[in-house]
Amino acid sequence: MIQTKDLSKTYNGTTVLNIEELNIPKGQSFGLVGNNGAGKTTYFSLLLDLIKPTTGSITNNNVVVDKSEDWKPFTSAFIDESFLIGYLTPEEYFYFIGDLRGQNKADVDALTSQFEDFFNGEILGKKKYLRDLSKGNQKKAGIVAALIGNPEVIILDEPFANLDPTTQIRLKQIIKDLAETRGVTVLVSSHDLLHVTDVCERIVVLEKGNVIKDLETNPTTLKELEAHFSGSMAAQEEE
Amino acid sequence: MIKHFLNLEWKQYFRSSYWQKSLGLNVLLVFFALWFVLIFLSLGFGLLSIFKEVYPNQDPFVIANGLLFYWLMVDLMMRFFLQKLPVMSVKPLLTLPIKRSTIVHFVLGKSALSFFNFLPLFAIIPFSVMLIKEGYETTQILPWMFALIIVVLIINFLNFIIEALSSKTDLPFLPLIAIVGVLYGLEYFGIVSMTSLVGNAFMGISNNPVLIVIPLVLLVLFYVINFKALRAKLFLDSGLKSKVTEVKAADLSWTNRFGDIAPFMQLDLKLIWRNKRTKSSAFIMIIGLLYGLFSYTQPVYKDSLYAASFVGVFSTGIFLINFGQFIPAWDSGYYKMLMSQNIKYEQYLRSKFVLMMLSVVIMFVLGIPYIYFGWKILVMHFAAAIYNIGVNSHIMLYGGSFNRKKIDLNQRAAFNYQGTGAVQWIIGLPIMLIPLIIFSVANYFIGFEAGVAVLILIGVTGIVLHKKLMKSITQRYLDSKYKMIDAFSQDN
Repeated sequence: MIQTKDLSKTYNGTTVLNIEELNIPKGQSFGLVGNNGAGKTTYFSLLLDLIKPTTGSITNNNVVVDKSEDWKPFTSAFIDESFLIGYLTPEEYFYFIGDLRGQNKADVDALTSQFEDFFNGEILGKKKYLRDLSKGNQKKAGIVAALIGNPEVIILDEPFANLDPTTQIRLKQIIKDLAETRGVTVLVSSHDLLHVTDVCERIVVLEKGNVIKDLETNPTTLKELEAHFSGSMAAQEEE
Repeated sequence: MIKHFLNLEWKQYFRSSYWQKSLGLNVLLVFFALWFVLIFLSLGFGLLSIFKEVYPNQDPFVIANGLLFYWLMVDLMMRFFLQKLPVMSVKPLLTLPIKRSTIVHFVLGKSALSFFNFLPLFAIIPFSVMLIKEGYETTQILPWMFALIIVVLIINFLNFIIEALSSKTDLPFLPLIAIVGVLYGLEYFGIVSMTSLVGNAFMGISNNPVLIVIPLVLLVLFYVINFKALRAKLFLDSGLKSKVTEVKAADLSWTNRFGDIAPFMQLDLKLIWRNKRTKSSAFIMIIGLLYGLFSYTQPVYKDSLYAASFVGVFSTGIFLINFGQFIPAWDSGYYKMLMSQNIKYEQYLRSKFVLMMLSVVIMFVLGIPYIYFGWKILVMHFAAAIYNIGVNSHIMLYGGSFNRKKIDLNQRAAFNYQGTGAVQWIIGLPIMLIPLIIFSVANYFIGFEAGVAVLILIGVTGIVLHKKLMKSITQRYLDSKYKMIDAFSQDN
């Protein structure tokens, strides 16, 4: 589904991302972990053509993302709050995204009604603007908006941060469902090793822009990741 | 402490992408500033001889005092629209060991150094010097001069009080218009002679220098009011506490007739209606509409077709200039999202175009009563409207692709009485002046009909070429996509 080839991004001589090859097959739930500055958000931004790659390219379903815009109809994302429109209510926002993705109000209502549990009664029908919602509730609205219009690729940057424990658990279920039963390719980044190992079939560890681990998730993955990150901590202390 | 603040200000200013990318605009601003300094200087040196020529039998000092009232009113109006309280991002400072009062003093002190306070000095000081040279008592003129300088500062702080009060209302300029209107009315209808009242007050100070204490006390009073108001705002909870407003959703289904751009139009209409800053650019249309009333009733402009051409462009285009300038910065907060969505850029831009076009049409229709002042005026307005639609709206859209300054629609930012600054009007000037020049040239050499015809012709050409123009504008936006995303995700 997503092929990355010789991709690099350099700012003023500093290479922040350098991926020789990374292929994500259709229907995979893919996790990206790494410390701050490892290049997770950079990779997602490149995938959404928000920044221009220095070299190489990403191909999304046979569309080179920085050459054509044809990847947009089947790709959706929630990176941060700047994806929300503060002066709309959540419903209006969902309808707006729906309009852009060719879904009418009934379609959108049908989708959002499935997430009543997830919203915990704090999003729909509250007559509040998105800008007046708490950070966590904004995030919930943004994540659900990314599901509108049956996208085949969904990109979520740090979806678990700022969410309460109940919602985190519900979100994990939602992401698993998407990949397992609907064949959606889900890309998730997180600092929470437990959550990604729960959710993702495959986990890639980035460090200073390079892929240094590429793991199929199995019962020992969490231990391995923890060992890796505490190891890099120890290595830093030695330096 | 002040040293640190100055350091922060300096960095904020020069490290913002706005500065780096709009050097030309800054040069233009400096140019305008110099231009005004020049005008004021020549006023300062020349007024005395002008007065002597126009009123040969009267004391020029008395004349000057008589005019002070108008100057004060104009100054207040100008400041309200052009000068804003300096913005400072205070949130990161609040948890540091800095006294709140220090922050507030700094912000207020910075405002006292505004260009608007220095500009009058260029007229006041030379004028005073000329008066002394003319033989007036130095002991009379010096207190008068200092009183004027103090009054300039009083207006400075009074303006912020008015802004703070009016920013809470939906019609931000109404309080000011009301105050100035009432004062002017008192003078105009001869109820209270404001001119002689103000004039006598200044004469009083010059005759009795001790009275300068009164403006000084006023200045301190206004400063304290500002100080208290700002300090009260400096608590995080007043900034962070979410003032939850119940949503009043209007039915916008009528926009559906615009087809594929309907979602964007609905979004734009909500944008305009639900954010303070955009709302005021909608309300400013009222000023544009009434501007003709002001202009056409003046005997000087009454029969001037040049004035009519300016009023025509200004009143039909006021929303276009005000709103159009900040395309696409209005959407800067969520620009990343728009760019990753399944949208056609062309639709997005066309929605803005239709909005501007509608505003021009509405303003023209509402301005039809101006036919009272002669059919030529209406024809002029019509030509200006066509020109605005055909040319200026495209220029606005094209100019928008150079826009690199993020607009924070969030109203909660402390110290930010969102509004428009001087820069905005300066950009607006060529947009309004070019049609004026085109008309004037044709009118001068051939005649009124030719002037109107040329404007209409140019406008119609723009409308005919609309599709083509939009295509190249869209391409421009696509080309600068990455730069815009980058600039809009910066905070300053």
